Amino acid sequence: MDEIVRFQTVGLRYGMGPEVLQDLSFTLTPGSFHFLTGESGAGKSSLMRLMYLAKKPTRGSVSLFGRDIASLRHDDYPTLRRRIGVVFQEFRLLPHQTAFDNVALPLRVSGMREKEIKKHVEELLTWVGLEENMAAWPETLSGGQQQRVAIARAVIAQPKLLLADEPTGNVDDRIAARLLHLFEELNRLGTTVVIATHNKSLISSSLHPIMHLEGGRLSIEDRESEPAATVETLPRSGRL
Amino acid sequence: MALLSRRTDLPFERDDSSRYLPWLTAFMVFLASLTLAGVFAISDLAGTWDKGLSETLTVQLPAGEDERTDERRAAAAIKILEATEGVEEVALLPPRQVRELLKPWLGAAADAGQLPLPQIIDVEIDRDGIPALATLTEQLRRAVPGAAVDDHGAWMSGFLRALRSAEAIAVLIFLLVGVATVGTIVFTTRAGLGVHREVIEVMHLIGAHDRYIAAQFAVRSMMLGLRGAAMGIIAAAMVLIAFGVLVEFQGFGVLPGIDLSLGAWIAVVLLLPATGLLAWLTARITVLRSLARMV
Ligand SMILES: Nc1ncnc2c1ncn2[C@@H]1O[C@H](COP(=O)(O)OP(=O)(O)OP(=O)(O)O)[C@@H](O)[C@H]1O
Ligand SMILES: [Mg+2]
Repeated sequence: MDEIVRFQTVGLRYGMGPEVLQDLSFTLTPGSFHFLTGESGAGKSSLMRLMYLAKKPTRGSVSLFGRDIASLRHDDYPTLRRRIGVVFQEFRLLPHQTAFDNVALPLRVSGMREKEIKKHVEELLTWVGLEENMAAWPETLSGGQQQRVAIARAVIAQPKLLLADEPTGNVDDRIAARLLHLFEELNRLGTTVVIATHNKSLISSSLHPIMHLEGGRLSIEDRESEPAATVETLPRSGRL
Repeated sequence: MALLSRRTDLPFERDDSSRYLPWLTAFMVFLASLTLAGVFAISDLAGTWDKGLSETLTVQLPAGEDERTDERRAAAAIKILEATEGVEEVALLPPRQVRELLKPWLGAAADAGQLPLPQIIDVEIDRDGIPALATLTEQLRRAVPGAAVDDHGAWMSGFLRALRSAEAIAVLIFLLVGVATVGTIVFTTRAGLGVHREVIEVMHLIGAHDRYIAAQFAVRSMMLGLRGAAMGIIAAAMVLIAFGVLVEFQGFGVLPGIDLSLGAWIAVVLLLPATGLLAWLTARITVLRSLARMV
């Protein structure tokens, strides 16, 4: 499979409204890393929804992992979705579950045994600096802590595709840089990454190509280096 | 069972939509238990009466001018009866017994032996009855003018038919209660799906199969159903026991077999697992069908 995501003249509208996305055609190759930019309301979250199978295009075709989603049967969705990690813009943590259980959910739905789940989740939560907050309810966590729970949940099952919608919206630049570092670590392990963000300093701190949405249309700006090379230029911060 | 011990991902404790399910189920199971007990009681009753009465026939021969006529007539009738298909045993009641039988109507006159008494023949017939009852009556009348055949089965069969239709109605009510229970569970489960829509969507997006989500609803529904069924059965058992005691005290003994057989009690208790299974299955199917329509 030489492409993770492939869009061909994709259009999307909500109900009878105008097309918020028009004629999107692009491919994401394995191991690529993109920022997704655009003004508020430009359609970043909408494009993300198409990629994490929460929406079907109103026209054109979307392929994920080499499969045209128009041909998917209902039972095929879980298999594909398990390869995709999503950090939702509004987190969407389950409010009645602890940080631990939220992060454990992707492993539980895929049938992993509790003993292994415990090991993995504790390891990851410690890695994102939430070892003290494992038993906390989401509402008792700060915005930035919730965001890290959401990120941990998105990456716990080692997705092939990571889609993060404003993952640094609630944190200061220092934590934003650390989170970016986490995504780059994952990218180095082979995960294809798309990060939607308004954060100028985050974008300028690296040389990953930029997908830009404007007026419903997409343009891609390649910056000089390959993503793999940019990772090496990043300062090594400690764990998050 | 790992399925039962597993904490659920859906916040059912905060879900008001299922608060009344155990009570509704309790009520339904209460009704179902009483109806089921009724079905068993009626069925037992009908069986007893059916066996006890429909297997006999009485032939009455009018009194003759003298004893010899009587004897001749009786012999003729018995001969015809014994030759009839379906007849098992024929017994001529001794005059003393006939007199006893008629005493309430004839008073002392019957005792005096002055009145000519009819002769009565008890006939036992086999389970399937007499195929040609009309022919038999015809034959008897020809041999003994004025002979009468009293077929208990005739009026009994009317009574039995009434019992059988009461039984059918009870079965119908039982089934309707079952349908109403299924409807209640479907309704509650749908409401739950609405309440938990957001969580279900996130679980879907994370890659949960419909089966995984449905299993949680099904186990939840089963637990609520079992709780309700237990309450309903206990309440019904108390009513049935109280009714039994009452019947005994009031001496309604004319209705044989009113106290419940062991089979009836077993059937009522089996409503517990049956309700649990029904609740589990109904919720599971409801969730799977609803989720199949979601993306
Ligand atoms: N569920 C919806 N129903 C109808 N219209 C919607 C819906 N979601 C988004 N839109 C519309 O689609 C357009 C794009 O919205 P989207 O959320 O994708 O923008 P965005 O780039 O993510 O914005 P932001 O930076 O504020 O998150 C907007 O005009 C919005 O009003
Ligand atoms: Mg958005």
